[in-house]
Amino acid sequence: MNKVATNKQNTLAISPEEIRKLAISSRIDMVRRGWYKFSRNTLSMVGLGTVLLIVFLAVFAPWVAPYPAHAGPFTDFAHAGEAPSSAHLFGTDMIGRDILSRVIFALRPALIMGVVVLGLVVPLGVFLGLVAGYAHGTWPDTVIMRITDIFIAVPALVLALAIASVLEPNLTNSMIAVSVMWWPWYTRLVYSLSSSLRNEDFVRSAELMGASNFHILFREILPNFWGPIFTKMSIDMGFVILLGASLSFVGLGEQPPKPGLGTMVAEGADHLPDQWWMVVFPALAIVIVVLGFNLLGDGLHDLLSEEKG
Amino acid sequence: MSGHPLLEIKDLYVQFNVYGGALKVLDGVNIEVHPGEKVGLVGETGAGKTTTMKAVLHVLPEPAAQITGGEILFDGQDILKMVPSQLKQIRGKGIAMIFQDPTLALNPVFTVGEQMSAVVQYSMEAGRNLTKREVRERSITTLKEVSLADPERLLGNYPIQLSGGMRQRICIAMALAARPKLLIADEPGTSLDVTIQDQVLRLLDELVEKRNTAIILITHSLGVVRERTDRVYVMYAGNIVENAPTTQLYSRSFHPYTQGLMAAVPKLTGGGVSDGIPGRMPAYLNPPQGCRFSPRCPRVMEICRGEKPMLREASPGHQVACFLYPRGNELEINTKWNVSSGG
Amino acid sequence: MRFLYFFVRRFLHSIFVLLGLSVVIYVISRIVPGDPARMAVGYQAPQWVVNNMREYMHLNDTIPVQFFYWLRSALSGDLGISLLTRRPVIDDIRQVFPATLELALYAGLIMAIGGIMLGTLSAHHKDKWVDNVVRVFAYMGIVTPAFVFGIVFTLVFGFWLNWLPTIGRISPDLTSPPVVTGLMTVDSLLAGKPLIFIDAVKHLLMPSIALAMAGLSQGARITRATMSDNLGKDYIAAERALGIPERQVLWKFLLKPSLIPTVSILGLDIAAAIGNAFLLELIFSWPGVSRYGVRAMLAKDLNAISAVVLILGLAFVVVNICVDLVVGILDPRIRLSAQRNE
Repeated sequence: MNKVATNKQNTLAISPEEIRKLAISSRIDMVRRGWYKFSRNTLSMVGLGTVLLIVFLAVFAPWVAPYPAHAGPFTDFAHAGEAPSSAHLFGTDMIGRDILSRVIFALRPALIMGVVVLGLVVPLGVFLGLVAGYAHGTWPDTVIMRITDIFIAVPALVLALAIASVLEPNLTNSMIAVSVMWWPWYTRLVYSLSSSLRNEDFVRSAELMGASNFHILFREILPNFWGPIFTKMSIDMGFVILLGASLSFVGLGEQPPKPGLGTMVAEGADHLPDQWWMVVFPALAIVIVVLGFNLLGDGLHDLLSEEKG
Repeated sequence: MSGHPLLEIKDLYVQFNVYGGALKVLDGVNIEVHPGEKVGLVGETGAGKTTTMKAVLHVLPEPAAQITGGEILFDGQDILKMVPSQLKQIRGKGIAMIFQDPTLALNPVFTVGEQMSAVVQYSMEAGRNLTKREVRERSITTLKEVSLADPERLLGNYPIQLSGGMRQRICIAMALAARPKLLIADEPGTSLDVTIQDQVLRLLDELVEKRNTAIILITHSLGVVRERTDRVYVMYAGNIVENAPTTQLYSRSFHPYTQGLMAAVPKLTGGGVSDGIPGRMPAYLNPPQGCRFSPRCPRVMEICRGEKPMLREASPGHQVACFLYPRGNELEINTKWNVSSGG
Repeated sequence: MRFLYFFVRRFLHSIFVLLGLSVVIYVISRIVPGDPARMAVGYQAPQWVVNNMREYMHLNDTIPVQFFYWLRSALSGDLGISLLTRRPVIDDIRQVFPATLELALYAGLIMAIGGIMLGTLSAHHKDKWVDNVVRVFAYMGIVTPAFVFGIVFTLVFGFWLNWLPTIGRISPDLTSPPVVTGLMTVDSLLAGKPLIFIDAVKHLLMPSIALAMAGLSQGARITRATMSDNLGKDYIAAERALGIPERQVLWKFLLKPSLIPTVSILGLDIAAAIGNAFLLELIFSWPGVSRYGVRAMLAKDLNAISAVVLILGLAFVVVNICVDLVVGILDPRIRLSAQRNE
């Protein structure tokens, strides 16, 4: 109580310029404190490290992979189906390509998938959720939220499979298919958050001051949600990649000879149990990628929910 | 006070282990309650009153909460050393508790009847099982005792279907179902509006009076304890800072904290209300060295910051934990709290 | 009365969702490049056959009219002819559905029971080693795709340890019992053949556990979180304080409120499981809807694809109604508030 009162007096006494400086420095301070907390949690740091490593490998694949040429239509039957060795750490596939190199290159479509899908889905889903939440109880709310009901009522993988198969099977179309299934979750998230905020004093006072709907939605309401949205994005990054891998497992993702994590597992499955490395390493890569983003997301979640508490 | 105490809390220490350290919430608490005695436990929110009482019933949320020292004797037996079967004999029948917020104290997904009957079933002396019909009848009688109308219908209701006052009465009914020797009432009715709170308190007085039950009344308001208790314990930040017979405490209190609380009570005779005690209760993560009240105390001395004051007799039956009162010194020191009129 | 109202409302909502879903499916089946009539009759057929087909398929009408015809026949059970099998799609579905249903039932059972048990165990031993093991297990269960579990199980329990069969519903040297329910485990018992039952259970184990892993892990996490949260609630302290025995407090008064979020989440997990069944049926050569669906997808058999999506959507809607009913039974607050809104 007391503290708030003194703060108010202080702010009245200083210029807007100083307020801005204070705000910036307090934000820097917050980031620094957040980083301190985040970095003390081992699991979150493991997540961050994993994600950074994955991004590094994907970006610099041509330089990092031991046999960059093996990521394409390469054949070397002399070394086909070789078990892991010092020359081929993860072994080779049935036409002699280095699995490690292919796994590293396969990280590229996986990450592209995550980035593109979230890049499409988040703005759309968030926008619709904001509109529906702010218009709570009126027709835009009903229309938007009933549509999300429909999309959420089908198992995502089923409809994504259907869409991807009806279109040409390739990476672009699988991204479209996953995007179609994914936006309603952001709409729901933002909807539930914003419909509870729309009666708050700061929104009401903005309305009374005649602010535009655009201003209210994007300047007053939206900034409150970045925490949950970023958290969800980080966790979803892993699950989008997982869904993408599932599509590519069926053959509806990156097409051969380019490597895709799901495709590699599917190809390897035909050569079980003898060439187990063809399956195990790509599968492990999927698990590590998803795990990394999940740990990072959980770390962010803990951080942001602690800030609140 | 003479005779054998019913409940004796000796030097109780409790800490909550949280991420980043331990909150040392109770820091050596001493309380005595005699059969039939009415005791008030007063302090600000967060002083550790509820924690103390939960410790008495051994219902602290473990392992987060940990009792690190002390004894709690009920009828001479240490509750903290009891095995579950012994505890079963104490809970409900020996000591019962009415929790602070009746909305939180009732299970939201069971009907009143389901919750009552579980309590009634185990309220009996060991060795006898009640039939369903007997359980129902006893539930109804118990509900009638707290002046609830239409108890038959109530039994089929869920807590959300009832008003706050009804929930509070149900909590009281459940607590009294087993005729406990000691009733702990944690801020009864605080979550209700004032008239209902008054009704609830009066009902409680009546029931306790009739059965000669000892009661510990937890409250943050000195007004509530004044009329209905024999003795008052004042608690601050996990310590008992003062205890005295009620009339004595109201006529003259020793501890600067108690004096501050007294000054904060509105008086009909005028004089106004103080601004309250400046500052706030210390964090339990790193509590102040020495006396925990020292950062807020207007009469703080060098010794207060280094050494913890022990409870000692300041006048017969009146104990205080403050260095202003060396043993045997009955000199009363009045702390000057800012008193402004109005407020 | 209240409950009926709650149920009717939920039911009407589901009908709306199914209607919307059929629109979506229809749109998908029409975004495919090329002439559906041409695809239906094949590339060698003469033009007049294609024209007749267009007429027959109502392709010359406006899109809403086309949709109306499609919906009308779909409602009467006519989902068209499969291009792949050249049989009515509905017959194909009828034949493959029980296999998927059986797989899903067992997976659902494993999910619910396993998840709740592990979660409870974890909450009761919070921060002890049991809890830590369960938490790591649950985390891995969530981040590992179902198909990876399927393949790893096949590799370990099928090939290396040779404990369990890796393909099909029963061993090839056994004859299937007469079809009554279509569920192999039930039919074999009805026919009085315990050996076939045991064989069918062995076949079910790996795919159903692989399918259940994600939901089981999610369930365990949610149960643990809610339960340890509820353990700190005043009503639990009050029940203990009033002398109710610990066993009854934990297994009655704590369990019921703690199950509510788990059951709600289970609905979503089953959705994911229905999707993952697609991959597991491929891995385990399970003759169910999903394997049929994948073949239809790879062959662009539109009628079959639409039917598969519709039937799985329907199954999911039914599951969700059940979940909501269970939640409604468990949680009076939901039941009573449904009425209060009126």
